[in-house]
Amino acid sequence: MTIRLSTLLGATALCAVAGYASAQDTTITIATVNNGDMIRMQGLTDDFTAKNPDIAVEWVTLEENVLRQRVTTDVATKGGQYDVMTIGTYEVPIWGKQGWLVSLNDLPESYDADDILPAIRGGLTVDGEMYAAPFYGESSMVMYRTDLMEKAGLEMPEAPTWDFIKEAAAAMTDKDNEIYGICLRGKAGWGENMAFLTAMSNSYGARWFDENWQPQFDSDAWKATLTDYLELMNNYGPPGSSSNGFNENLSLFQTGKCGMWIDATVAASFVTNPTDSTVADKVGFALAPDKGLGKRGNWLWAWSLGIPAGTQKEEAAKKFIEWATSKEYLALVAEKEGWPNVPPGTRQSLYDNPEYQKVPFAAMTLQSINAADPTNPTVDPVPYTGVQFVAIPEFQGIGTAVGQQFSAALAGQMSAEDALAAAQTLTKREMTRAGYIK
Amino acid sequence: MARAVSTNRKITVTVIAWSIGFLIFFPILWTILTSFKTEAEAIASPPSFLFFEWTTENYGIVMERSNYFLHFMNSVVISVGSTLIGLLIAVPAAWSMAFVPGKNTKNVLMWMLSTKMLPPVGVLIPIYLIFKNVGLLDTRTGLVIVLTLINLPIIIWMLYTYFKEIPVDILEAARMDGANLRNEIIYILTPMAVPGIASTMLLNIILAWNEAFWTLNLTAANAAPLTAFIASYSSPEGLFYAKLSAASTMAIAPILIMGWFSQKQLVRGLTFGAVK
Repeated sequence: MTIRLSTLLGATALCAVAGYASAQDTTITIATVNNGDMIRMQGLTDDFTAKNPDIAVEWVTLEENVLRQRVTTDVATKGGQYDVMTIGTYEVPIWGKQGWLVSLNDLPESYDADDILPAIRGGLTVDGEMYAAPFYGESSMVMYRTDLMEKAGLEMPEAPTWDFIKEAAAAMTDKDNEIYGICLRGKAGWGENMAFLTAMSNSYGARWFDENWQPQFDSDAWKATLTDYLELMNNYGPPGSSSNGFNENLSLFQTGKCGMWIDATVAASFVTNPTDSTVADKVGFALAPDKGLGKRGNWLWAWSLGIPAGTQKEEAAKKFIEWATSKEYLALVAEKEGWPNVPPGTRQSLYDNPEYQKVPFAAMTLQSINAADPTNPTVDPVPYTGVQFVAIPEFQGIGTAVGQQFSAALAGQMSAEDALAAAQTLTKREMTRAGYIK
Repeated sequence: MARAVSTNRKITVTVIAWSIGFLIFFPILWTILTSFKTEAEAIASPPSFLFFEWTTENYGIVMERSNYFLHFMNSVVISVGSTLIGLLIAVPAAWSMAFVPGKNTKNVLMWMLSTKMLPPVGVLIPIYLIFKNVGLLDTRTGLVIVLTLINLPIIIWMLYTYFKEIPVDILEAARMDGANLRNEIIYILTPMAVPGIASTMLLNIILAWNEAFWTLNLTAANAAPLTAFIASYSSPEGLFYAKLSAASTMAIAPILIMGWFSQKQLVRGLTFGAVK
């Protein structure tokens, strides 16, 4: 009887302890994309849970477009499936205005929010409230083969013009040996070819809309942008380029088939990695080209961590964001994986670090990010923010539809003039429907 | 009397059939091969078919990074559960429409089919809100309900078509011999219908296993099946083709094996009624 009683008491005590322990545990669910830096973060979660033993972390990793659809549905319906969301520079200002995100202005002093690069922070702030913390930031730049450039008898300037790019592409192209002077995005999509073409058009003096939201695809600047893009790609680009996105071009560049590639700065760590790239030791970097009008053809993007309004675990979610976007996290990655693998483009202190300055693409990444201004992206004034996108909810649909016209022009299915005329018509129609213009 | 077929013709037909089969299977074969390559080999140009350094490291990484067995069990529960519940509803429905048709039976069948014509995204937000309010988001129960409802028209149609193949005369003969409804169903109808029910069940399990809209949109961490497992390895910024191939191989292997063992029933199910 005594044994039974003590067993019973012991079991009760154990249950009570277990119940108490589980009551202390908070599990946060984090939605993220399958990018190298994010995967690295997942691998380092133990460091966070060791520092915060009362918080458990669950990861939901999805492909970018699936994630975008998934988190948009959840945040708009206040579904409460996620406590931390990985979102881009496009979503943050729109969602922030809607009141869908929790402000991060109250992160502690030790977090040092002032250390975040101004261009990146500006893109994540609405009316003085920072609605997401940047995990990694990127711009775009020229990545080129130093050996092919030398063979062509040219020298890449640090800040090239589009005319030089055209000249270099012609000189580097050797189609018999499957070497193409330039590789650019051609796959249709607002985040695919339109990210590149919108940034390129900024440097040509073009813009999506004038101050009264009137579409501007009938302007000479857009005509010059698209004509030059098509000329570059048709004469010096790889075959089938209308279906090439980031990954396809990365594959071409890494296997030695591209002379130049203008794309996200984050690609620098891939193309210089000798494990995956056959040209790792022959890559140089330069700023995105310009046309002498004061704007470069580079974009600005940051994958950031935000907290959906209405989550029951705001405190724990903030602790996680504070950890993942801190200076200490950057040092942790450097210690475990080396400086080239540190998430780039978020903090000034990283670029002041002498160790990080030794990374070959560090300086050019910072220069490229600083050269982009999301609040003043174009030569002429515009009513929107965003460098390679227009930060309005309608842009995803319109951007992709316009991208399809331009991709069709690249595939030879229509002329540049027809593509621009179609883009103008469809954009005007959608903007009228949305009530921006009458 | 069977028509004589020459040896040459047999060889030609066999070669053509194998070629077409190989062509259809090739993407799966390529996925499996890529899963055993390094990331650098996976994007090599020209690609190597068999002569590369085989590695299982991608499988190791995938197993380390993801909880495969949780996703696998979710897929099993969701696909088998939705199929069994679907059959429970569909068998009596199809039986009544096949053997005791009313004047609106055809219209009801067409109406059921028409629900398949609505793009799923059109009802995503209402269903999401309902699920949120009743606490079914990210639960296996929620997915079983949705997949049952989505596949029900197909199950009913397949069973209806199959039941229509069974001659009513046999049932009438049984009735004349004194069989009541219970005996008629158990001893006459069921043995004749089992192959049709089995093939419908198998096909529906495959459809539910591969369903990738609702399973991605209504789940997060707990009820996510293998479709979400694959989606987590797709990356727009980074070449992880070998790991993606390993994840895909692991996701399709169970259903591929099941399909292999049940191919006879599947082919019968897909072709019945084709030759009268």
